Amino acid sequence: MTATDHTPLAYPFNSSRDLALADTYELVRETPGLLRVQLPYGEPAWLATRYADARLVLGDQRFSRALALGRDEPRSSEGKRDSGILSMDPPDHTRLRSLVAKAFTVRQVEKLRPRIRELTSTLLDEMEAAGPPVDLVDRYALPIPVAVICRLLGVPQEDRPRFRAWSDAALSTSSLTAEEFDRNRDELRAYMAQLITAHREQPQDDLMTALIEARDHDDRLSELELVDLCVGILVAGHETTATQIPNFVLTLLDHPGALSLLCAEPTLITNAVEELLRFVPLGSGAGQPRYAKEDIEVGGTLVRAGEPVLVAIGAANRDALRFTEAGTLDIARSGNAHLGFGHGVHHCLGAPLARLELQEAIGALVARFPGLHVAGDITWKTEMLVRGPRVMPVGW
Amino acid sequence: MSWQLHIDSGRCIGSGMCAGTAPDLFVLDGDHSHPVSEQIAEGDERALEAAGICPMVAITVRDADGKEIAPRD
Repeated sequence: MTATDHTPLAYPFNSSRDLALADTYELVRETPGLLRVQLPYGEPAWLATRYADARLVLGDQRFSRALALGRDEPRSSEGKRDSGILSMDPPDHTRLRSLVAKAFTVRQVEKLRPRIRELTSTLLDEMEAAGPPVDLVDRYALPIPVAVICRLLGVPQEDRPRFRAWSDAALSTSSLTAEEFDRNRDELRAYMAQLITAHREQPQDDLMTALIEARDHDDRLSELELVDLCVGILVAGHETTATQIPNFVLTLLDHPGALSLLCAEPTLITNAVEELLRFVPLGSGAGQPRYAKEDIEVGGTLVRAGEPVLVAIGAANRDALRFTEAGTLDIARSGNAHLGFGHGVHHCLGAPLARLELQEAIGALVARFPGLHVAGDITWKTEMLVRGPRVMPVGW
Repeated sequence: MSWQLHIDSGRCIGSGMCAGTAPDLFVLDGDHSHPVSEQIAEGDERALEAAGICPMVAITVRDADGKEIAPRD
């Protein structure tokens, strides 16, 4: 694995049946320069694994997402996804982001805390009433973010089984053919278009109505952009948080010292969530490659204009040059500038909401069930962009 | 006439949104962002946009009279 070896390494490295960071990353991070990797589909790419390199690639305007649209983008399934706002650069990106950013600022989101606290409490009551073992994913991890994003956006919660299937496929890395991929996307778009029609006839106090007004009164986005923005918010708004809740629980169960510290000092939850965001590598691999708009040196490698670079967030988050005892879970860690929500213009729109949901969900769960444990076989999501349990039976 | 650009360093988490959107107005310095210049040209819409997309609501823009014009609630 030297800089002169040009045969790209097969990627991704992580297993999809646990939450570990593949050892290969350690090796790559300590090797000067960037590594050439080859995903199942698309052209080879450079892989950035160090914190400083990751911040450069994600934050610098000389790197573009929009350029990927005209290229054979490195990807894990045959179908090419037009990721909507995630495939845009400023100023187009800024135009769309501005329309939705207000709903997700830390100030707005904090107003939802009492309602989310009530929801976690109700769900925990229901789990207790049902008795162990209970599937933590279905009874707790999914209902919380689904209820929140549905209410915020204006999607009926009872449609959860329908959009769960679409959203699974949207984040799938399995060998869906390009046709299957497109069909799924079209169904999800049609579903959202019909909700938009209903909102046009009967405006509500929700984000979808606000976006419809931005389109119909101010012409600030196209109809397709409106549909795709709502689809994106719905999918991204629940899948990642729903996956990280069981992931964080598993990680805490794996670190009994951290868990008992958290139980003894519940106010550590804010720091604990940040540390878990840093420590748990959610992705099976890096996606959303950035294309260099000009020649630019990254970590000792000259990336040529037009070449794609992938950023391995999970590896960068354990870079010893940035974090002391980077491989250790320390829930009291402060000044934790992790990249769990990405960095730069595509920094996760829902980060403040995700933080709040994770704080409330994990905090309430460990407070209610100090004896929480896994009580059966975990079924893992495989062939998904995100890793985590699909089913996780727990007892207490 | 100019506008004033301010970043609350207590709130800023260095997400890089502002510096990525308008690199001539904002610069990331370690874990925080700060304005390239506190005085900017009046009418620069990108400053208003940056204030609007900051997840931490850490950016404020004031007009020549010192009135807060962004972020808008």
